Amino acid sequence: MHTRLDSTLIVMPAFNEEASVAEVIAEVLAKLPGVSVLVVDDGSSDATASRAREAGALVAVLPFNLGVGGAMRAGFKFALENGFDTVVQVDSDGQHDPSSVPALLDALDGADLVLGARFAGAGEYKVGGPRHWAMVVLASILSRTAHTELTDTTSGFRASGPRAVRLFAKHYPAEYLGDTIEALVIATRAKLVIRQIPVAMRVRAGGVPSHNPLKSAAYLARAGMALTFALIRPRGTFLPAVEVKP
Amino acid sequence: MSPVSYIFGIVAAVLALAVVIELLRRHSLRERHAIWWLVAGVLALVVGVFPGTLVWAAGLLGVEVPTNLVFFVSIAILFFVCLQHSAELTVLESKTRVLAEQSALLELRIRQLENDRQSADGSSSTQ
Repeated sequence: MHTRLDSTLIVMPAFNEEASVAEVIAEVLAKLPGVSVLVVDDGSSDATASRAREAGALVAVLPFNLGVGGAMRAGFKFALENGFDTVVQVDSDGQHDPSSVPALLDALDGADLVLGARFAGAGEYKVGGPRHWAMVVLASILSRTAHTELTDTTSGFRASGPRAVRLFAKHYPAEYLGDTIEALVIATRAKLVIRQIPVAMRVRAGGVPSHNPLKSAAYLARAGMALTFALIRPRGTFLPAVEVKP
Repeated sequence: MSPVSYIFGIVAAVLALAVVIELLRRHSLRERHAIWWLVAGVLALVVGVFPGTLVWAAGLLGVEVPTNLVFFVSIAILFFVCLQHSAELTVLESKTRVLAEQSALLELRIRQLENDRQSADGSSSTQ
């Protein structure tokens, strides 16, 4: 039994996901009894917010699009203000399988931040070509920074423990790729413990991963820039998460 | 230098300074944004009134054509103003981000409170 689910908040950033969001919420609530779901509507122009509300989720509506990182920080703030210990990010397009959430939560026992990795053995998710190489390079650099083996650093399927929630409610980057790559560096520099566990990942409902070499190069360049600047930020930018007595 | 171009230089500098000071006076421009424009205006005025200072400074720095020093300083000032604006923009964006998050969370809270009140009203009226 996971009594932990009661103090866990599932945060779903959603941008124009009216087609899938209700189904994903229903699946989460069915597979994870007792859990709370917060959908952060990231400035959608469709009916995402009302669909999510009907499906039984709490909905925070951002007045304009902030990107996944912006939506997540709002989620972390909500968790902090409302006494949730743990935040699990789940995509609203159905890519992440909620049945992996208990495994992520269990792994939090020895860590502050747990990544659900797509290439660590489970599932059939495949990315090929230059984009794959870019991810491998990023993973090797970040593994060294985080002192643990990471293979899928851009995975959005992650669970944050209390220390991580406190840190991320304040410092969660909104830039493109900042929410995945830079967040890892921020966590490392705040001396949080990061772990990775394999999760099955379903094929995204819409959209195929890009194989355009130019786009892959741009992706690598932006990821490299995000990583470099995250690494050279002044010391003391991310103070170690302070213990708050309830 | 003809007297006309001498006067022209001074008038242009005074005009630029007057606009900056007027904007400051009306609170349309904050001091920290005006600082570079004030520096540029004062420099232009000094050089306009005493062209000798430009020749002297150019000689000091080894710039052969004094006018080139004018171009260099102008471009440098514009560069810094641009950079300052980009930095300010970033600060403003992060402030808007905080406000957006806050408004979303407050709206959610109001909705929850309204729901609570409605269900409380509902239960009391059925009694």
